[in-house]
Amino acid sequence: MSKKDNSQNNSRRDFLKASAATGAVASSPMFFMKNAYAAENFRNAPKGGSVKLGFNVPQTGAYADEGADELRAYKLAVEHLNGGGDGGMMNTMKPMSLKGNGVLGKKVEYVTGDTQTKSDAARASAKRMIEKDGALMISGGSSSGVAIAVQGLCQEMGVIFMAGLTHSNDTTGKDKRRYGFRHFFNAKMSGSALGPVLKKEMGSDRRAYHLTADYTWGWTQEESIKETTEGLGWKTHKTVKTPVGAGDFSQYITPILNSGADTLILNHYGKDMINSLTQAVQFGLRDKMVNGKQFEIIVPLYSRLMAQGAGENLKGILGTTNWNWALKDAGSQAFVKSFGAKYGFPPSMAAHTCYVQTLLYANACEMAGTFYPPEVIKALEGFNFDGMGNGKTEYRAEDHQCFKNVLVVRGNQNPTSQFDLLEIVQEVPRSQVEYDASIFGGDLGPYKV
Amino acid sequence: MMNLSLKNNMVVMLIFSAVVLTAPLWLDPIGANYPDLLQKFAIFGIFAIGYNILFGLTGYLSFGHATFLGVGSYTAVWSFKLFTMNVVPAIIFAIIIAGVFALAIGYISLRRSGIYFSILTLAFAQMSYSLAYSVLTPITNGETGLQLTIQDPRYLDAMAGVAVKEGLPSTNLFGQLMSGYSGFYFCAVMLIIGFYISLKIFRSPYGLKLIAIKSNQNRMNYTGFNTRPYLLSAFVISGMYAGLAGALMAVTDPLAGAERMQWTASGEVVLMTILGGVGTLVGPLLGVGIIKYFENIFSALNESALHEVFNFLPQALENTVVAVTHHFVGEGWHLTLGALFMLVVIFLPGGVMEGVTNLIEFIKKKLGMSGDESGDTL
Amino acid sequence: MDAILIQILNGLDKGGAYALIALGLTLTFGTLGVVNFAHGALFMLGAFCAVSMQQLLTISKKVKDESITFFDAYKEQPYLEIWWGDAGTVIIDYAVPISILFAIPVMLLVGVVMERGLIKHFYKRTHAEQILVTFGLAIVIQEIIRTFYGANPIPTPAPDIVSGSAAVGAALGLSDALVYPWWRLIYLAFSAVIIFGVFAFLKYTTFGMVVRAGMSDRETVSLLGINVERRFTIVFGIATIVAGLAGVMYAPILPPDYHMGMDFLVLSFVVVVVGGMGSLEGAVAAGFLLGILQSFASMNEVKTILPGIDQIIIYLVAVVVLLVRPRGLMGREGVMED
Repeated sequence: MSKKDNSQNNSRRDFLKASAATGAVASSPMFFMKNAYAAENFRNAPKGGSVKLGFNVPQTGAYADEGADELRAYKLAVEHLNGGGDGGMMNTMKPMSLKGNGVLGKKVEYVTGDTQTKSDAARASAKRMIEKDGALMISGGSSSGVAIAVQGLCQEMGVIFMAGLTHSNDTTGKDKRRYGFRHFFNAKMSGSALGPVLKKEMGSDRRAYHLTADYTWGWTQEESIKETTEGLGWKTHKTVKTPVGAGDFSQYITPILNSGADTLILNHYGKDMINSLTQAVQFGLRDKMVNGKQFEIIVPLYSRLMAQGAGENLKGILGTTNWNWALKDAGSQAFVKSFGAKYGFPPSMAAHTCYVQTLLYANACEMAGTFYPPEVIKALEGFNFDGMGNGKTEYRAEDHQCFKNVLVVRGNQNPTSQFDLLEIVQEVPRSQVEYDASIFGGDLGPYKV
Repeated sequence: MMNLSLKNNMVVMLIFSAVVLTAPLWLDPIGANYPDLLQKFAIFGIFAIGYNILFGLTGYLSFGHATFLGVGSYTAVWSFKLFTMNVVPAIIFAIIIAGVFALAIGYISLRRSGIYFSILTLAFAQMSYSLAYSVLTPITNGETGLQLTIQDPRYLDAMAGVAVKEGLPSTNLFGQLMSGYSGFYFCAVMLIIGFYISLKIFRSPYGLKLIAIKSNQNRMNYTGFNTRPYLLSAFVISGMYAGLAGALMAVTDPLAGAERMQWTASGEVVLMTILGGVGTLVGPLLGVGIIKYFENIFSALNESALHEVFNFLPQALENTVVAVTHHFVGEGWHLTLGALFMLVVIFLPGGVMEGVTNLIEFIKKKLGMSGDESGDTL
Repeated sequence: MDAILIQILNGLDKGGAYALIALGLTLTFGTLGVVNFAHGALFMLGAFCAVSMQQLLTISKKVKDESITFFDAYKEQPYLEIWWGDAGTVIIDYAVPISILFAIPVMLLVGVVMERGLIKHFYKRTHAEQILVTFGLAIVIQEIIRTFYGANPIPTPAPDIVSGSAAVGAALGLSDALVYPWWRLIYLAFSAVIIFGVFAFLKYTTFGMVVRAGMSDRETVSLLGINVERRFTIVFGIATIVAGLAGVMYAPILPPDYHMGMDFLVLSFVVVVVGGMGSLEGAVAAGFLLGILQSFASMNEVKTILPGIDQIIIYLVAVVVLLVRPRGLMGREGVMED
């Protein structure tokens, strides 16, 4: 790359700071640049004694409750970073460079925005936080479409994006970006984790019928689960696409009744999953015997909010989650303890991933010794850590996907309390869900934008 | 004196241009001075002005105008992907394609009137949205939205020998980049042009005929006057405005998503227009300003921000005020918006613009000026 | 054959729901001439009557789970069960049917307050203003519900005895494989009863006759010394109750959340307009037509030939009907045509 191209590139990103941008593209080698003067002149470089983070979550619409829980986690993370509260996972994370005095000695502040679970609105609110409020990092989101849209924006603007809840393979696959990082697991990992459990519980001779939400996340999950189940020897009877937000799914459930399939896989999320599962159970699918086998329903991706919405219908149904508050490791316990003490109930997996992402970003800044995004990105890439739930974890450099243990869970048959909705069937080790980064294609793009 | 009245197009345009171009200055104190929101004001302003040409003049309530916005965006992004990152072809293509869609949908929908027309436009919009979201993913990239990629061919740029940079290319107007404030000024110029055309239409014989259709179409038909061509042309013009707005959305942020075409998006422009004042020139712009301001600024006020706002109050009072107000901002911004809709329409039947007109009248009366030259034509 | 039969049944079931939702709307929209964008919110309020009744019946004694120390986790047992044992369990189980009794007065009150306080001032205003004010009201209602109940759907199951499927095929001497959920059959029967009830009321009572007369010529009826206004209030109240009951009964099928009204708003308008403005019969016919066509369009055999047809069928049918019949299926001339 020529020097000229870069300075052009930089000024266009930021009309106002055009004059300041020349410093950031000085041709001195980047690996000598810790704390170097050049690193101080990038978009939203913190001035004064504070650094601002932007939390972009759904505050209205179907995922508003999930967004509210994410926001609680962010507030907790900010408190802990600034040395408040009991410190939560800052007591268990290792290796850790954070000191409890903010990040690089600067107090952490935050701004919030409403994604409305719409790409346009999410990008608008991310832009507001970047352009107006001076946010140095954006985090959040409760759907893959939004995550991918905001991640693309952050790449263009040169601001790091720490994804919240996004499960599509595309986020760190086809649409991966240098400035985007995902701690959450994905559909491919759900499939790999479920495989052995399905084999053990349901055998290797089944006919699966998929109902799939008709958009990119649904398709990637269907593909991943199909790959796994066909690997077990299952037949895929039919895959049917259903419109998002259909409400009543009965017209898609009736054809299953006499199809000869003995397993229903619901590639739905949120409200769609609550509705389709509730209705499938009403149609008596779970009481049916087909081909001499008990009919089974599988929900590959679970969340606590879905478990609450589906109520009784979820009991005994298998799926996967990124994390659960009932985990017994020290990191999870520390997090549940401080979250529970502050809010009076346990955190959801969305809250967990958002909390961890914030700490990881802050820690990477400390490691890099600067807020300069390319350096922070390098610190995150390939970072190995432990003590944040899910065991030993790695931020893979090739696609910015975290690799860690995945939980296979089941709707709890006999809950002991109102929060005891999911029972952990197995904590599938990381080695079993790893895959080659190249299989999804995509291109991370440049460090400097 | 006559020449300086608001009846003079030049005067109106000068004032309007001055107000629009200085927006970053006077929007700064209320926290709305940053590129993205300024761009959104201008872009949705264009959308609403165009919509008002159809709804405000003819009274035909279309519930599907977001389709043309979406089509404009998709066309513009495809133009960036296939031809060049220069925004001029993108905008031209977008206006043309949106016009073609408007012609087709308008031709069919305008066979009916009243609520039947509204539902026909709604049906077309919902079909476009559903298909764009799912089956047409190869063209629209579905839920994720159509984005630029490094591998895009960009034939014209390639022929012109534009250097390929690392990372995604950005939209430009003959080299001037279209992000940030330059993007806003570009949209602002488009808004001023759009406003001028709309002003001309409102004050032309053509505009008068459209208003005549609104007041009594049957009578027009009985006199042997064929209203269809007038209605259809108004529909297509407003569709092209929407296409331009869609293209500008892609120009300032090269991504096109299907949800831009959903009925809620169509409903939003209807609400903007009614809230501001149907059939007035400036009203729809006020509606845009209010709704976009709520969406972007009110939604971002969280509790800590509120404490900052009210920290001049005594501690106890501050906490009480924050406890009450935080239900209406942040995640509660919808509530405030809904209540505002109700209040405006209950007390100001003609929208916010009526309030403004009344206020001007009131001031003039107080000052003892004659009220006959009021801004009623705006 | 089974596949066709079950899809017909499914279409009737969906159609019943559509017709019931549209019936309330067409009373206000097609007869009072008010474009009520808050109709969906009324439907949602009905569903939340069921939620509230369920929560009321399950007010529980909380026993702390001592194994959890970080926050308060409880094992809950409803007082009704503690006091009355199995009888209490049965009452809780019947929360949804019981809430019908609760919903009728609540919805009537909501309707009367809404009409007297707001809608009556908008009879003479433009449709645009009606849209804005009712849309604003819908948002306000929605957000208030969200403040109290959150945004997440709340499971509201039907009584245990009807939670499974009925062997429809076996009962009719057809295939054993033909089964259908009890609650959906109940919903179908329930909508039929309500629909016929409303029709009979408008057709065979003096009150109904006056309302119908008022619908077609309000001025003349007023000149005859009849208080049309009072009757319009009652009609609005009835429409609200119908919307509410549609919501109560739908709660077990679709766990209610604060946004469910908006999701049904567009659909209900399409049904009413396809049926034709000012025609109750039309709305019901359109509801069943769209329900059955949607059910068939979702069959795999159809989707293979026409991908995506299930997503657009409702709107496609609306376009075709409105182009073939200018005023929908049974619309009256001059109603909401300008």
